Amino acid sequence: MCGTCGCHQPAEKEAGQSQRRRLEVDLDLFSLNNRYAQTNREYFARNSLLVLNLVSSPGAGKTRLLEETLKSQLGRIEVAVIEGDQQTRQDANRIEATGAHAVQINTGTGCHLDAHMVGHAMEDLGALRNGILYIENVGNLVCPANFDLGEAAKVVILSVTEGDDKPLKYPDMFAASRLMVINKTDLLPHVDFDVERCIEYARRINPSIEVIQLSATTGEGLPEWLDWLEGEYQSLVETRIGHLQQELDELRAQLEQG
Amino acid sequence: MHELSLCRSLIKQLEMQAQQQGFSRVHEIWLEVGPMSAVMPKSLEFAFSACSRGTLADGATLHIVEQPARARCGVCGEICTVSSRFDPCPNCAAEGLALLSGDGVAIKELEVE
Repeated sequence: MCGTCGCHQPAEKEAGQSQRRRLEVDLDLFSLNNRYAQTNREYFARNSLLVLNLVSSPGAGKTRLLEETLKSQLGRIEVAVIEGDQQTRQDANRIEATGAHAVQINTGTGCHLDAHMVGHAMEDLGALRNGILYIENVGNLVCPANFDLGEAAKVVILSVTEGDDKPLKYPDMFAASRLMVINKTDLLPHVDFDVERCIEYARRINPSIEVIQLSATTGEGLPEWLDWLEGEYQSLVETRIGHLQQELDELRAQLEQG
Repeated sequence: MHELSLCRSLIKQLEMQAQQQGFSRVHEIWLEVGPMSAVMPKSLEFAFSACSRGTLADGATLHIVEQPARARCGVCGEICTVSSRFDPCPNCAAEGLALLSGDGVAIKELEVE
C-alpha cells in the first residue's frame, strides 16, 4: 500500500471506474503555438513583411548585428524590431538609439518567445507594412528551435568565440535555420575556431543551410548579409505582387462578366 | 527546457477537449514524446505536477511514451528510424536526413470521467 501516490486504493478506483472512459486523441502540444504562428504568418503576408527570427546563444552579437543592419537600412526600407529577453529594456533601447522602432518583450521565467507574444507585440507595430521585421529571440540555442513565430526564416548567429562544434551540440537549431551567420570573424586569429569544420558540421545536420561570415564590429562581410536581406525582401515583394495581380485580374474579370 | 509552457498548453488542450467531449476530470494521460522535441521526461513530469494543480487534471497520472524518430533520406529516398540528427542513411550512408517525425509532443490517449 503506497500512501503517497495512492496506487493501491482499490475501493476508490472501483467506485470511479464505472464512469471512466478511454479516449483516443491526437493532440499536438505545439499546435496552439502553431495556430498563433499561422495567424501571424497570414498577417505578415497581407502586410508584405519579411519577418526573420534571429536566434543564437547569449552574447553571439545579435543586437550588435541588428544595430549595424538598421543603420544601413533605415531611410531606404521600413524596418522594426521585436526584442525578446527575460528581463530589461536594454536591447530595445539600443535598437531605438539607431532610430528604428523597437518593441521589447520580457519573457520573465520563459526561455523563448512564442507566437502569441509576437502577435501582441504586433499591436504596437500596427503601422509597419512593406518592410522587414526582425525578431531577436531570447539568447538560447535550445527552445526557440521548436517555436514557430510565423517567421519567413530562422537565422542562427554563431560567434567564433563559441566553438566550431556548436552545430553538433545544438543540432535542432541548425536544422531549423535557413541561414547561419558566423559573427565576430575579426577575432579568428585569436581563437581556435575552424570555419570550414563549423560549416561542415552545420551541413551535416542541414545540407541546405546557407552561410555568411561577417564581423558586425569591423563591417567585414556585412555587405553580403545586407545583400541576402535585400534578396529575400525582393523575392517576397515579387511573390506578393504576383498574388495581388492575380486577385486584381480575377476581380476585373468578374466585373467585366457582370 | 520549455516543459512548463508545454504543460500549460497540455492543460489548455485538456480543457478544450473536456468541453467538446463532455468530461470534467482527467485521470490518466498518455503522452508521446519525440527524441528531438528538446523535452526531458523528468522535467515534464515535474512541470505537470505544478501546472495541473487545481485543474481538471489535478492528480492525473502522466504516462510518457518515448517514440523513435523517423527520417527520409534525400539521396535514395529510404525511410528509416533515427536516434539523432546525425544518423546516416542505413541504405546509402548519406547524411542530413530529413526528419519526418520525432520533434513533437502529442497527447495520444486519455482516461476521463
